[in-house]
Amino acid sequence: MSEPDDRWFDEAAGPLVRPYAMTRGRTRPGNTDLDLATQVVTVWTENDSGSLSPEHQAVIELCRTPLSVAEVAAYVDVPLVVVKVLLSDLIERGDVVARAPRMANNLPDRNLLQAVLDGVRRI
Amino acid sequence: MVSVESEAQGAAMVIPTSVKVLVAGGFGAGKTTMVGSVSEIPPLSTEELLTEASTDVDDLVGVEEKTTTTVALDFGRITINAEIVLYLFGTPGQNRFWFMWDELANGAIGAIVLVDTRRLDSSFPSVDFFERRKIPFIIAVNCFDDAYRYQVDEVRSALALSEDIPVLMCDARERESSKQALVSLVEHAMSRAPMSVDEVV
Ligand SMILES: Nc1nc2c(ncn2[C@@H]2O[C@H](COP(=O)(O)OP(=O)(O)O)[C@@H](O)[C@H]2O)c(=O)[nH]1
Ligand SMILES: [Mg+2]
Repeated sequence: MSEPDDRWFDEAAGPLVRPYAMTRGRTRPGNTDLDLATQVVTVWTENDSGSLSPEHQAVIELCRTPLSVAEVAAYVDVPLVVVKVLLSDLIERGDVVARAPRMANNLPDRNLLQAVLDGVRRI
Repeated sequence: MVSVESEAQGAAMVIPTSVKVLVAGGFGAGKTTMVGSVSEIPPLSTEELLTEASTDVDDLVGVEEKTTTTVALDFGRITINAEIVLYLFGTPGQNRFWFMWDELANGAIGAIVLVDTRRLDSSFPSVDFFERRKIPFIIAVNCFDDAYRYQVDEVRSALALSEDIPVLMCDARERESSKQALVSLVEHAMSRAPMSVDEVV
């Protein structure tokens, strides 16, 4: 059960409270490692999701199959900066795990590129 | 491979790794068209907020209020295999969006720079960006119906490209043509990539 103060969401606030209300005004995710292409997936936990915002819950539902951060933003229909905040909340809670793109800080290696090349030739 | 033990599913779930390819070029060069022609899903769109911090100082001159604009980002996906997913990001090639390119380009395989020969100069910023950051790129010349048909050499010299940068003619509306551009980019990236650990004797 959450403290009443944690309940930023309020039906009376109506649909005008977009998109910053969803993130309580935060534009910087706690987890700044999230790339547009980072894969995120929901893990099954005992966590109570009842206190989460509808957007957080929508993300949990959506990520039952792995998706990129960009796909989650597109499907939930929120700006990237917002989805990153939502996802870092969920990662912190342990509801979602993330996997950064391969070789985020250096060049992709030849084995990976060969696999990509083979895959692209098949399409 | 990273797997997550999931009691609910009763099995280890595999999280794929992603790789990125950028499709760059001026406005109307065919970026969205190319992303759509090779993507396995209808192209998706999301937006990034262009905030004060990421705006050029020049842009803020005379701006009293803090304004926030958004920039749309089109993307598509190609599932390579169970372990690898390729994302294609169509990125606007204006200088003011460079902050977004930095994230996009980080760890990317490389970029396809689409050139509209009616507006060659609109591809200059993209070419500059990838050259300076030493990100592998190729040039795909989109052959619009009413455009003068340049030879590959003419485009190469107009863009002052070095000899090793592949230049190919394409029609972004055609899946096969866009696929060729993608193949050419990955081959070009491979020619510059370090050997894998297991290749080093
Ligand atoms: N003739 C021709 N038209 C194209 C080609 N690629 C795109 N177009 C058209 O050019 C217009 C702009 O393309 P779009 O993909 O939206 O450009 P973007 O601004 O770079 O995303 C659209 O009407 C496309 O149908 C091409 O290779 N040949
Ligand atoms: Mg477009």
